[in-house]
Amino acid sequence: MLKGEGLWFRYSAKLPWVVREQSITVMPGEVVGLVAPSGYGKTTLGKLLAGYLTPSHGRITLDEQPLPGRGYCPVQLVFQNPELSVNPRWRVDRILREEHPPQIHYLDALGIHPSWMTRYPHELSGGELQRVAIARVLNRNTRYLIADEMTAMLDANTQALIWQVVLSFARQYHVGIIVISHNQPLLQRICQQGHLPTERHIVNLVSDQQSSHRPASDVSITTS
Amino acid sequence: MLNISNLGITFTQYDQGLHRKQLTVITDLDLTVQAGEVVAVVGASGSGKSLLAHALLGILPDNAQLSGMMVFQEKPLTQRRCEALRGKAISLIPQSVGYLDPLMTVGRQVQRVGQLNGLSSRTAKTLRNRTFVRYELPSYTPKRYPFQLSGGMARRVLVSTAAMTQARLVIADEPTPGLHPDVVTETLSHLRELAQEGRGVILITNDIEAALQVADRVAVFYAGTTVEIADAQDFTTGNLRHPYTQALWRSLPQNDFLPVPGNQPSSDNLPMGCLYGDRCSWGTAECEKARPELRFVRQGWVRCIHAEG
Repeated sequence: MLKGEGLWFRYSAKLPWVVREQSITVMPGEVVGLVAPSGYGKTTLGKLLAGYLTPSHGRITLDEQPLPGRGYCPVQLVFQNPELSVNPRWRVDRILREEHPPQIHYLDALGIHPSWMTRYPHELSGGELQRVAIARVLNRNTRYLIADEMTAMLDANTQALIWQVVLSFARQYHVGIIVISHNQPLLQRICQQGHLPTERHIVNLVSDQQSSHRPASDVSITTS
Repeated sequence: MLNISNLGITFTQYDQGLHRKQLTVITDLDLTVQAGEVVAVVGASGSGKSLLAHALLGILPDNAQLSGMMVFQEKPLTQRRCEALRGKAISLIPQSVGYLDPLMTVGRQVQRVGQLNGLSSRTAKTLRNRTFVRYELPSYTPKRYPFQLSGGMARRVLVSTAAMTQARLVIADEPTPGLHPDVVTETLSHLRELAQEGRGVILITNDIEAALQVADRVAVFYAGTTVEIADAQDFTTGNLRHPYTQALWRSLPQNDFLPVPGNQPSSDNLPMGCLYGDRCSWGTAECEKARPELRFVRQGWVRCIHAEG
């Protein structure tokens, strides 16, 4: 179980809180959607849970243990923009082999062509490179996956393809997924595909900055 | 107003040593835009959406050769004419504030658009202020730098750059990815307003839903070719003609969410026949013989020999 309890975060003591008093729990194999307007700290929350940032207060535990400080993190984050998440000077095969090389059948399922292996990231299109970035995390050491607008810049067909592969991977290895997205139909669709009884809880993701000039709106976390 | 027929773009690349190879990235692209109309262009990445915009603005690299016809306001669009018209009669709404000068306030940048269109600096400033008021931008906006804008404000500033001009044709390149639905709807309604002023608008997007909200017609690109040009309502009424368009529509999460296996053909290895042939469930031996012509079927255009009226 991945658990964030009473998380607070700001970038420096002078700046407003980006994440205030947030708690979130994901069970193995569960698909959780996270919805909020821009600027409400969704991405920051994702970065905290994946260990990219350290919370100012609160704690994050994976099966009651703190996240490991070194080595491959069992909580993996996939961003919207793959250009910024891979090393531009590495060829695709080196990117894929950095930690745990993915199994061949995932490469095939994602439509990753063998000829891409010798290419540099700038020689692939955004959709092609995003598949590489996703293939990189589809290995048994990944226990939780945070998909931050993972398919927002892709066409509908590629989006469906990627989610089909990611969801089947999650089912096979009992991987928990947090889906950050503005796409309501997508969330409705994939958050219903889990096997747990449906429950919904509502949390408020409100930051100082927004609460002053925007009405505090409800932010919903749908659990499947 | 704009009429593109059989546009082709080929890049010449050096392969090994002095061996050159031809890379055909766009084959048989067709598109028409009337004044007062929003035409959406949808398709996977690598289907030639952005290259079309680059061709219209005359910013293709030197190693690109164009074939086919581009006619704008009854006259052929040559490289020289593109350069003369861009920023004036043809205007681009870029994808993000990353396209603005990071070291210049947005007020000065938007005002400069007016000055480049022949206005005096004072008139340009008045027009800019009026445009910012029209898009409900707060009064401190002109003094802000691009990085200080929120996502929604940034969209309105970028639309202002097009609204400042007398442009007859506005090209909006991916204006809505990853934005909150309210901001998406707002941006799209601004595009619709530009069309209502009598301009033609090309909306390049991956977001079919967004396209259907605002567009009159939708052109679907696949591997550098126009496979279908349909009315926006054809999607929801099940009147789609091309198997790729149908598959794209079905793959939306609110529909079947099922992808078509396979990839677009790579541009250095295009098949002789239909470009969608290897992924198509309607495929026959005849499809492999020649590229299908664009045909008028059920009030729309389709490039498939099996589409029926």
